[in-house]
Amino acid sequence: MSTSVIEAYGISKRYQRGALSSSGLLRDTLARTFRSPWTMFRRQKPDTFWAVSDVSLQVGEGEVLGLIGRNGSGKTTLLKILSRITRPTSGWAEIHGRVGSLLEVGTGFHPELTGRENAYLSGAILGMSRQEITRKFDEIVAFAELEKFIDTPVKHYSSGMYVRLAFAVAAHLEPEILLVDEVLAVGDIKFQRKCLGKMGDVARAGRTIILVSHQLNQIRRLCQRVVWLDAGKLREAGPTAEVIGAYEREMSSSDALVEKGPLGGKAHFLKWWILDPEGKPKHVLSDDGELQLQFLLRVNQPVYGLYHDIELYDQNRQLLWGNAIGNVTLEPGVYLCNHTLPHLPLRPGSYTWRATLWDGGESVADYDCVPEMQVATVPVGHPMDEKAGILNIPSVCAIVPQSPAELSK
Amino acid sequence: MASVTSNPPAGAPLANRRSGALTLRIEPPRTWFELRLEELWKYRELLFFLVWRDVKVRYKQTAIGVAWVIVQPLLTMLVATLFFGRLAKLPSQGLPYSVFCFAALVPWTYFSTALVLATNVVVENQRVITKVYFPRLILPVSAALSGLVDFGIGFIVLLIFTFANGIRPAWTLALLPFFLLLAVLTVLGVGLWLSALNALYRDVKYLIPFIVQFWTLASPVYYSSSMVPARYRWLYGLNPMAGVIDGFRWALTGTGQAPTATFFASTLIVCCVLFGGLVFFNYMEGSIADRV
Repeated sequence: MSTSVIEAYGISKRYQRGALSSSGLLRDTLARTFRSPWTMFRRQKPDTFWAVSDVSLQVGEGEVLGLIGRNGSGKTTLLKILSRITRPTSGWAEIHGRVGSLLEVGTGFHPELTGRENAYLSGAILGMSRQEITRKFDEIVAFAELEKFIDTPVKHYSSGMYVRLAFAVAAHLEPEILLVDEVLAVGDIKFQRKCLGKMGDVARAGRTIILVSHQLNQIRRLCQRVVWLDAGKLREAGPTAEVIGAYEREMSSSDALVEKGPLGGKAHFLKWWILDPEGKPKHVLSDDGELQLQFLLRVNQPVYGLYHDIELYDQNRQLLWGNAIGNVTLEPGVYLCNHTLPHLPLRPGSYTWRATLWDGGESVADYDCVPEMQVATVPVGHPMDEKAGILNIPSVCAIVPQSPAELSK
Repeated sequence: MASVTSNPPAGAPLANRRSGALTLRIEPPRTWFELRLEELWKYRELLFFLVWRDVKVRYKQTAIGVAWVIVQPLLTMLVATLFFGRLAKLPSQGLPYSVFCFAALVPWTYFSTALVLATNVVVENQRVITKVYFPRLILPVSAALSGLVDFGIGFIVLLIFTFANGIRPAWTLALLPFFLLLAVLTVLGVGLWLSALNALYRDVKYLIPFIVQFWTLASPVYYSSSMVPARYRWLYGLNPMAGVIDGFRWALTGTGQAPTATFFASTLIVCCVLFGGLVFFNYMEGSIADRV
């Protein structure tokens, strides 16, 4: 292995659960102190959790390391520690070289300033010197394709233009070590490709990159080595194909059902899984194709008016879709409930399935399916991020001139 | 736990360190005070850009723009002259009341606006703080400095105004920068405390208008500090802005007594507040991104 430029040992970070803002009132602190003055001096036992715990890693010079894991597995926290935004609770790391971090696109942009001014400001905030920005300025503007609007205040930009400029500035940041958090999922497909290309150039130029992404295909394309974080702990690290393979296997093998409702005893689910068209189990959807969602159901007593219902939720626990079949009569035994979905056009992220059983009006079983289903397809959508929505429909638009003859038809 | 390599004992020196490369060490916060002034110097360009942004943005989308810098203290001076000078007939150290008042309002306007800016600077840059690293100390420093541009413009108007009133600047004008520096340090000292507290308790945001209001009344802006009874003068001197304003007025007009004692008392206080502020801000710096 080449010389390592990042070495981290036993990095851990503890956070107070939910207390990040709720205790932020002077009133509360005072009230607590008045109620029992001694608590001020006593070490309180707050509800804490470890966002990252005991993670050690080394990154060699010129290496592109991918960081994967479910939501809340500590990827971003680890990145924030390595970029010095927050300090670890314990452990230490040494970094040899200039670090640049890209946790957000458009950091430090001010709406009232022009594109030119923002390029300088954002560049300075990201760690570029004024000379460096001046030197690369034309390149940045060309990359963002904003030659005509560079002296317009950014508040008049469309979101697409805004993102292009922001990314162009960020992409021209050339530190020896670059830490990137899921920022490539911006803009339209064409711009994304351009960004990926730029990223590849940066990597080939011998810079070290740590990249966090949910899009496994992106990680496959860019990274030589991958670290998989699970609940704050380092689960596995190694060559990309190996770790991503293990991650995908884990996602499909650890199928479990978390019981929410009453266990009626009449019937319950045993297991669930997702199958791709070839019949291979998978929980990470990298392509948009046909899926089978299957539940193994055990019926203990005869049921005469069974309803089976499935629901799909996103990370915010918003119901996206549901379907049910009803009035089924089942004798005791084991059944397979098979849901065929021609395709599931969702934007990358984590989703949860919920399955329920009803007998007449009585709830028999209510399950949240774990683990979450990961969607890792390439997003297709509106260039303005807030207009891209939740669906990921691979649509193509064509504008064709119409002759008067066609119109009169 | 799986790991990339076998762990060497924590804290072991790294064998394969590249010579000459910049090495950064990331550790849990340990000491209660680590002032990294050399780092502040390294980030001076960012400091410049933050000040520049503040100045650039401040009067955007206003009709009269930067003229507000002059209009604000001028209007206050006119109103004060009418009520305090003409009606209440407050003594003004032998100067025309308008000059007396304006000479105080220019540094005072700097102080009060810069203090409000400094108090809110951490919270307002919350997004940047949680996304990028830079020495957080830059933020209050930039707030304290960005007010100086406004001050400069106000000061030119003040010079013209005093001159028009027949007051010729004396040699004491050369001492004026010291009083200005004291004002900047006061903003910084108090601003460090308030900005860090504001990051934790947003109550500070609602408190700051009152602080500024009380502080105005406790400073010789509209009245002469000679009106304060002699035996309370030392208490009055604890307010560093009393030293700044008295000194500023004295340096500009050359009339009255040199406020030597107040100046030194004020300097001492400011040094204490500033040092405490640095320690407190530094203590908070480690967790500011998690708590803001």
